[in-house]
Amino acid sequence: MAILDQTDVFLTILGMALATYLPRAAPLVFLSGRTLPPLVVRFLGFVPAAVLAALLFPSVLAPQGGLDLSAGNVFLVGSVPAGLAAWRTGSFFGAVAAGMGTVAALRYFLGG
Amino acid sequence: MSPGQAAQAGGFLWRAACRVAPVVLGYVPVGFAYGVLAKNAGLSTQNILSMSVLVFAGSAQFIAVGLLAAGASMAGIVLTAFVVNLRHLLFSAALSPSLGGWRRRDLSLLAFELTDETFALHACALRDGPLSRAETLAVGVMAQAAWVLGSLLGAVAGSAVGDVRPIALDFALPAMFIALLAGQAKTRTHLAVALFSGILSTVLALSGADRFGVLAATLAGAALGTLWQSWIRPTSS
Repeated sequence: MAILDQTDVFLTILGMALATYLPRAAPLVFLSGRTLPPLVVRFLGFVPAAVLAALLFPSVLAPQGGLDLSAGNVFLVGSVPAGLAAWRTGSFFGAVAAGMGTVAALRYFLGG
Repeated sequence: MSPGQAAQAGGFLWRAACRVAPVVLGYVPVGFAYGVLAKNAGLSTQNILSMSVLVFAGSAQFIAVGLLAAGASMAGIVLTAFVVNLRHLLFSAALSPSLGGWRRRDLSLLAFELTDETFALHACALRDGPLSRAETLAVGVMAQAAWVLGSLLGAVAGSAVGDVRPIALDFALPAMFIALLAGQAKTRTHLAVALFSGILSTVLALSGADRFGVLAATLAGAALGTLWQSWIRPTSS
């Protein structure tokens, strides 16, 4: 592992902060109080589900970079209790705990 | 002080704390995972905390740590953070119609604390009526405090935790996405949109599209959902 230059890391963080803040702030600061067209509102309503799935699926279906739908894929197996906990209890913490607990247990018993 | 007394004593902080508690319970361990991974990738404790204070975006922070460890360029990392966090544009735009009376200063702070989870809390509160300014801002600040605290604990414990795999810290982020997704799959159409975007994003990732695949799959899924709801099945929800 290369030794990181912490000044470069900090400059990267400043760039990330700007790149993250602009999309967060622009609509709130410039659009607040205006009514958006219904079609836009409808589109926006689908974005969270779409983006979360787009971020999630590749990391679970292909954790090593290649498609892995086998029972040996601990991320795929761990998603089941995490999803069930989230769906049945609605608890953010419960889902994270159930998922991480399952993955940790599988690795411990299977030596994965 | 009992909950009742606290509520009487001008309890916007108490109400905010009650609402944000589930997110705090999630943010501390996930922040801890980020801190440990970042420490093991070679980030200093100051930089680990700086990122949690200045950026405050879970998925972008995890991804940035991986890219830093892999020796990616500064511009590449900043661009990736921008793409991954573009979804906040849509959260921000979704909240803006309801916040007409707010001052620009308050909106700026609200925007700074806008994450998937705080957005979900605000969107939920909006269903019961207009947002209380003090309570809404307190929810954001408390959520970030939990995130920074988790990061600090992870940074401190980082050197002691040599391998993150046995305690499944590398599954913290996917598990977080699952929890958030369960809250978003409100209707069959939403569920179908999620499946479509997830599968498309996987196909794009497998063909080497990288982070732009996430954005493309998101826009395509949301457009398909809009199309379906507006023209094909306008009555179904």
